[in-house]
Amino acid sequence: MKNIRSISKYLGPAVPLAIFLLGSLLAWAQAATPPQSAGRTPSPSAQHAKPAATNPGERAFQANCGRCHNPPEQLSPRITGTVLRHMRERALLSPQDERDILKYLTP
Amino acid sequence: MRRIKSAKLKRTQCPRVAIALRLASFLLLLSGHLLSAQDVPIVSGAVGFFDSKNTGINFFQPVVAPVVVAPLGKHFLAESRFDLRGFYERKNGNSGPYQGTFVGSTQYLQLDYFASDRLTLTAGRFLTPFGTYNERLTAIWIQKLQDAPLIFPIGTRTTGSSDGVMARGALIAKPAIHVNYIGYFSASSNAAQFQAGRAAGYRFDFYFPGKRVELGTSYGRFLQGTHNNSSGAHFWWQPWRFPLEVRSEYAHGAHAQGYWIESTYRLSQWRGPDSLFGRLEPVFRMQQTFRNSPGAGDGLPAADTKQADFGLDYHLPHEVRLNASYSRKLSASGNGNIWDISLTYRFLFPMWRGHQ
Repeated sequence: MKNIRSISKYLGPAVPLAIFLLGSLLAWAQAATPPQSAGRTPSPSAQHAKPAATNPGERAFQANCGRCHNPPEQLSPRITGTVLRHMRERALLSPQDERDILKYLTP
Repeated sequence: MRRIKSAKLKRTQCPRVAIALRLASFLLLLSGHLLSAQDVPIVSGAVGFFDSKNTGINFFQPVVAPVVVAPLGKHFLAESRFDLRGFYERKNGNSGPYQGTFVGSTQYLQLDYFASDRLTLTAGRFLTPFGTYNERLTAIWIQKLQDAPLIFPIGTRTTGSSDGVMARGALIAKPAIHVNYIGYFSASSNAAQFQAGRAAGYRFDFYFPGKRVELGTSYGRFLQGTHNNSSGAHFWWQPWRFPLEVRSEYAHGAHAQGYWIESTYRLSQWRGPDSLFGRLEPVFRMQQTFRNSPGAGDGLPAADTKQADFGLDYHLPHEVRLNASYSRKLSASGNGNIWDISLTYRFLFPMWRGHQ
């Protein structure tokens, strides 16, 4: 246990730095490849076995908001704009994702 | 003594909760003049009932956690979340009559300004953006297990909220990659509903939507009394192909460090998410903390601790969720079992009809 403590003393600040460098490397690698993977629709057995996200709004919802919580069962069209703004701040939605999700929630 | 403390709590906290609620309602009235058809203010949140048995001591917590969100024109948004809960336990630990206290807290009460597509400025009281748990998973209708991870106090300084300013946004927002940033500064406050420490920090996330993989790192510096650093890292993976969710965090504080890794798997591939079995979601969390030096009042276990949590969530219709979990804690200061059961109902509705 003593060894773990002494290792972790040095590891503590190093792990976030390593994650940052790894993330940057992956980001650079993703940016360098053509963006086909992003446009790919999920398989029919996607999140919660729903039908594949055929529209970009549903996909954007599952890729952002759906990572923490299920969609509300009912959503009045009067509040979709408010909900989206809340999620823009919480989930750091991109403008494109925000537009797509708004269309998805208010068909 | 406890009764006196309880009465004092009621006297001091209720008026402050009322002030916070009045402030929120003032912002709502203001927003009524500046709305479009889809921007009606909302009341959301959840009510819940929690029952816990922690190493032989049983307690109940009825909870109401309302969220109020009100747009103010095109660029501003006021939002708040409160946590109002009773805490009932037996007078002598595991014998005697139940007695309780009421605790109200303002988790966030903030004003957001959407300066551009890449920058949002926030002022007020906000959830400290250290790691992912505090900002994303503390809402009672979202958290998969009733108890927060053991390392939760690292970086969040136990209250989980900061009073000050925050800048957040996306440095890169491409379909294949999002690089998000958050930076904040918090002032010191001793006001009952707005307790916070003087601190500053940041978080960076690298998110790959095509893979639903996120890597991130956090840093916080406590600038009050003895200055110290907290750093952390997180990794999330939620594959598109099956309803598995893997979340994990590592955090290193001044006196301790630790990690947690949590996985959930909703059985929705069995006849869909609304079937009898499809509503079930088993949860497993493994966590460990290592104590380097004594840190009185830091909220972390006093000795090295390992804990395994096994949970089962059942998603009932109409936004009701039943959760039950068992945790086994192994620690140098004593082993123990924790049993939790909870029922939550999530609500979301507009505050008024709004313009046509």
